[in-house]
Amino acid sequence: MRDRLIFAGQLGFTLLVAAFLVVPVVLSISAGVTVNYFRGIQSGVTLQWVVQVWNLYAGEIGLSFLIAFATLAVTLIVGVPAAYGLHVKGGRLSRVIEEIITLPLAIPGLAIALALLLTYGGFGGFRQSWLFILTGHVVFTMPFMVRSVMAVFASVDIKTLDEGAASLGASPWTRFCNVIVPNAMPGILAGSLMVVTLSLGEFNLTWMLHTPLTKTLPVGLADSYASMRLEVASAYTLIFFIMIVPLLVAMQMFAEKGEKK
Amino acid sequence: MVPRRGQGHHHFMSHRNFIWICLLPLVVVTAAFFLLPMAQLLAVGAGGSRGVSAYLAIITEPRYRATLINTVVLAAATTIATLVIATIAGLFLQRHRFPGRAVLIAMLTFPLAFPGVVVGFLIILLAGRQGLIGAITAAVTGEKVVFAYSIFGLFLGYLYFSIPRVILTVMAAVQKLDIGLEEAARSLGASPWAVQRDVVLPALGPAFVASGAIAFATAMGAFGTAFTLATNIDVLPMLIYTEFTLAANFAISAALSIGLGVIAWAILALARSMSGGAVAAAG
Repeated sequence: MRDRLIFAGQLGFTLLVAAFLVVPVVLSISAGVTVNYFRGIQSGVTLQWVVQVWNLYAGEIGLSFLIAFATLAVTLIVGVPAAYGLHVKGGRLSRVIEEIITLPLAIPGLAIALALLLTYGGFGGFRQSWLFILTGHVVFTMPFMVRSVMAVFASVDIKTLDEGAASLGASPWTRFCNVIVPNAMPGILAGSLMVVTLSLGEFNLTWMLHTPLTKTLPVGLADSYASMRLEVASAYTLIFFIMIVPLLVAMQMFAEKGEKK
Repeated sequence: MVPRRGQGHHHFMSHRNFIWICLLPLVVVTAAFFLLPMAQLLAVGAGGSRGVSAYLAIITEPRYRATLINTVVLAAATTIATLVIATIAGLFLQRHRFPGRAVLIAMLTFPLAFPGVVVGFLIILLAGRQGLIGAITAAVTGEKVVFAYSIFGLFLGYLYFSIPRVILTVMAAVQKLDIGLEEAARSLGASPWAVQRDVVLPALGPAFVASGAIAFATAMGAFGTAFTLATNIDVLPMLIYTEFTLAANFAISAALSIGLGVIAWAILALARSMSGGAVAAAG
């Protein structure tokens, strides 16, 4: 009896917490497809707000995907070899490098954005282009890629595989492509998901780095929250959810698969 | 013997050199777009009319100090509340199997990477002028309760993005607990409450330190939520933003953001040395 009561109490509490997280999302989704939110859902269901958002903000959404995939490309090309290098090299220097590239996780995005602005703000062409935002996203997401790949190297004995291939006469480059990368694939995929998800949703840096011509999805979101009617802001949020939630679910599934191993 | 392709290549590029080539792009990118800008930030912070003492302004200037205290108190309150909530829910979810459990876990963890701006908007839908809580209280008591734009709304927003992350850490830690210890304590006659207090909670200590530090550091630096809720809320990231964009006070905003970065970094470094695990903030 007592155990039952404790169970019911804990379940009730957990449900309440879940409601706190889910109810606002449901409100936002319903507001995005309601003709008039103030009058409620009985005023009718519509896609007009979603269409309006698409007409107004398709550019922002497109730019966000461009930046997310460019960020992914850079973190892959730079981060995967670096993770291998750091793992194989080891020693103090590797630890220092790892420590430094992880700093952007601790330092608030606002500070990094100010630093970039104060350093490169004077280079007009660069400052005005989306590449400026790209640099911020690369700095912010790089540690996720490097650490995710390094975590795999720590669990599969990459050194033995590498040395085995080397003793067969494979060049470092061949070994990297045919031995290292295939073995690191789970970490590369998990890292990639993380990088794309974080880049698509990044606001703290991007708000400071953007110009009127380089607005991303979250920057447009902030815009719509400040200046659009609630239904439009909600429809925009709905579009964001549709893009980000599958990525989050995939990330979660990956994490669970990793745990079971 | 058939000569292997690539062997000549191998001759020219030793393994050692290859490792350096692997590291080089990262070193260049980090130096150009992180270390150099941070050094510049440090220099700009000291280059204003106050000189190096700008770095002390965060403590000596009453207005900045009040904002710093505000921010720390808010981040600490968020951390404590999140830890309590996540521990109750996390322990429960990891210790019981029941229909719908997987759905419940998914509901509690899916907002993991919602940007701060979106969280701010969700708080407005919950407790803003057209919010759910306002509508319910207006219908029940005749008085509309609106608190999204106050410090309590900000607290709720921080809670919103901290809970999923901390619940995940707590659940992972509970899974690793040695259930034998609890059974031993119980068989020795300890009450369920005593088992929780003396066995389970101490064993979760490192997880609390690690996830608490992340929640604290993230709350200290969170900008998007405060930006969306934006009214009369004095927190450090908003102060830095207004000093930079509205007052064009580059030196002070640089010094303040260095201060903020040092605090966030120090909390995480301290937690890492205490818990021995990898600790990092995000969002």
